[in-house]
This record gives sequence, structure tokens and C-alpha cells, in this order.
Amino acid sequence: MQVNEYKPLIVAFCCNWCSYAGADLAGNNRLNYPADVKIIRVPCSCRVNPMFILRAFQRGADGVIICGCHPGDCHYTSGNYYTRRRMALLFSMLDYLGIERERTRLEWVSAAEGAKFAATMNDFAEKVAALGENKRLEDLRCKK
Amino acid sequence: MQKITRDTLVSKAVSLLENGTVDAVLGWGKGEFAYDVTPTVFETADEIRENFVWNDFCGANFSKYLVSKTRKLEGKILVFLKPCDTYSFNQLLTEHRFDREKVYVVGVPCEGMADISKVKAITGDGISAIDFTDNGLVITTLYDDEPKTVAYEDILAERCVNCKSKKHVAYDELLGETGEVLESARFDEVAKIEALTPDERFAFWQGELSRCIRCNACRDVCPACTCEKCVFDNPNSGAENKAPANSFEEQMFHIIRAFHVAGRCTDCGECSRVCPQNIPLHLLNRKFIRDIDNFYGEYQAGAEVGTRAPLVDYNLDDLEASDVFERRDSE
Repeated sequence: MQVNEYKPLIVAFCCNWCSYAGADLAGNNRLNYPADVKIIRVPCSCRVNPMFILRAFQRGADGVIICGCHPGDCHYTSGNYYTRRRMALLFSMLDYLGIERERTRLEWVSAAEGAKFAATMNDFAEKVAALGENKRLEDLRCKK
Repeated sequence: MQKITRDTLVSKAVSLLENGTVDAVLGWGKGEFAYDVTPTVFETADEIRENFVWNDFCGANFSKYLVSKTRKLEGKILVFLKPCDTYSFNQLLTEHRFDREKVYVVGVPCEGMADISKVKAITGDGISAIDFTDNGLVITTLYDDEPKTVAYEDILAERCVNCKSKKHVAYDELLGETGEVLESARFDEVAKIEALTPDERFAFWQGELSRCIRCNACRDVCPACTCEKCVFDNPNSGAENKAPANSFEEQMFHIIRAFHVAGRCTDCGECSRVCPQNIPLHLLNRKFIRDIDNFYGEYQAGAEVGTRAPLVDYNLDDLEASDVFERRDSE
């Protein structure tokens, strides 16, 4: 009998202008990153509402990563600066409530950084896999 | 015991009402019990003389009431504000939630308010009468023959133990004298929780938040929560459940509630006061305030009108989200 190896489910919110293109470049360059990373395209990293992150955890994500343009490169001039403040506070709050701090991350990935995208995802997936399943922010009603 | 007397407040309200400066008075009115004080709009001098209350249970912050009460009002409304209430008042003005011209603010000094659950913990239930004396509250209950005296320092509300300011930051007129911004130890409890391990923190918050009955009282009373349409009322948001179905929902509600007021919360402590389950909700708000102070410089919401809240502002060299924990651990 084959024993299924545990694989974390990771949700990546990628901004349309930089990080999504970065993920595309990673694919074009045949760079490997875990297939368990599910990318959700958002117009800007600052479109990500804190509720989205909690919802992702509720529906079974083990880790959530938000990728946006580098500071100064935002397509909408300043969206990622707001993201940076919001996420700093939200991640700190999640940690305060006892949720493992390695489960959330914010990274800047430009359209030219396919390699960085793949490396970031590999690293993040590894860290989340080490933590195991998300038990603290799960909703048993959403369990399959 | 409050230094300023009820008579001072009543005569001020009556004179302003009778000389036509204001058309209505927003104040504390008699409730069912002696400690049960209800926010009330008075329209005649007789009502004020009869029903107006000023004692150690007048904790309610009236700033938020102004949003709905001034909307249809033609003239002016008088409102009594304690020092911490004036911060909420300024914050609402900053957000253009009501017309300053329609409000006449009378600042009232405050010596700290009493918490009825602390009183009941000492005397037990069945309070039939309360006397306010210099030595403390003299409480008569249905079950004891002798009245009990409770010292004020033993029943001071949690938010008043760590009072942040006795200074009125907004008023048209002041009764008595205004005080100073105080050095308070209000972040000590937050620091204590931060020092725990993640497992202990999780257990602590599970213990607190699992008592939540989703009555939404914390949201309804919060002077920073004045959206006309709230995400927690929207049937399509998936977050409108009245009864908490599981631990995720409790956590989500409290994280999002605190996040929505982050940077705008003046730390008035109304959320903890009204919580029927005594959940220390102010600890969530204070965590955000403490983080904002640490990461982006000290900021007191409502200290001035017209300041930009930290979450709708940014600096080019802000702290990166990945450095948050390093910054905190190095403290």
C-alpha cells in the first residue's frame, strides 16, 4: 500500500503586473516550484483584503503568500506600500493569536524575477510543510 | 466618586436648553437599576431634572450617537463628553461623520468609572440600592441585612485603571478643569501575552474568544465602526452568522473587527465594557496600537482633527512585513 506523503496547500496571491508575470516567466524557463502552490491573480497586491487570507486558511490552505511589485514599482504607484503596512500588522496579529508566523509571508517579485519566484515558493512550501497541517485556523465544516 | 456633581451638569443642560443654544441634550438617563445607565436624548428641562443621571456608572461614550442624532436635527445638540470620549469625537470629525456646527460639546472631568461586574463579584447579585459616598459605594442587596462598602479602587473599570488621558481634546465649554495626558501602563498586558509561547497564546485566546456569542455589541458600540453597511451584516459575505459556529468564525470575527478599526481606534475601551461575556477585546485593539507605535512611530488616533490614520498612509522606507518579528523580538 502506498502511503501518501503530506503536501501542504499553499495559496499565492500574485499581482497582475509583476508577480503573476514572474510566475509566468518561471514557467517559461522550466523552473520547478511545488505544484501545491495555487496562484490567485489579483489586480494589485493591495487588493488583498485580510479577509481573503483568513478565508484561504478556512478553506484548507496551510500557508498564504502575497506577492507584489517591488516598492516603487507598483503599477498603481502606491498600492504595495499600503499592502506592506497592512500585512505587517495582520501578520503580527495572527502571531499574537498564536497562529504560526511561518504560515504567512509577503514577498516582492518583479516580472523579471522568475527564478526568485520559484525559489521563494520552494522555500515557503518547505517551511510550511515542516509545520504540518493548519489546525489553528481551520474550519471543520470546510473539511473534505 | 466623581468630583463634579449631577446638579452642575443638570443646571448647565437646563440653562443651555432654555436659552435656546441647543435643542436637545444627549446625556445619561435612568435605567432599570441604579447601575444601569442608559444613553438618552432629552428634549425638555423637566425630563432632564427628572431622569438625568451622573454617577460612577456613566461609562457610555456618546460620540458615536452624534452620527445618527445630528442627521435629521435642525438645530444643535448638547453632548457631555469625558476626556476619553473627546478622542473618539475628534476621530469621527476627521472622518467627516457629522457636522461639528450641530454639536455643542460640554467637557466633563472624569475620575474613572466603575465596572458593575467587579462590584457584583464582591457583593453578589441582587443589588437594590447604591449610595455614592467619599469612601466608596455603599451597596444594599436583597440578600444581606447590612449594606456593604466597596472602595472605588477595587471596582474601577479595567480601561480606567490604565487611563491614558484626562485631557479634553475637544470642547466648547468645560465643567471643572481638564487634566493632562497620562503615562499609562496600558500596553503591559499586551506585552505579557506577547512574551508567551505561541501555544500558550493560542490557548489563551481560544479560552477568551470561545465565549463569544456574536451579539455584535462590540461592533455596535465602537465609535470607530460607523460604516453604514458592515461586512458582518452582508448576507453574501459569508461572515454574517449571528451564532458562532466554530472557533474559526470567532477568530475571524475578532481579527477583522479589530483590523477594521486599526489606526482609528482611540482605545476608549467601549468594546470591553459592553461585552456581555467579558472578553478582553481591548487587548486586540491595543496590540494594533502598540504595533503601529513600534513600526510607524507613536500615533494617538483622535488627538487632533485631520491627521492621517497610519493605515491610509505610508513611508517609502517602511518596515518590511518579513522584519516584523525581528523588530518585536529585539525589543
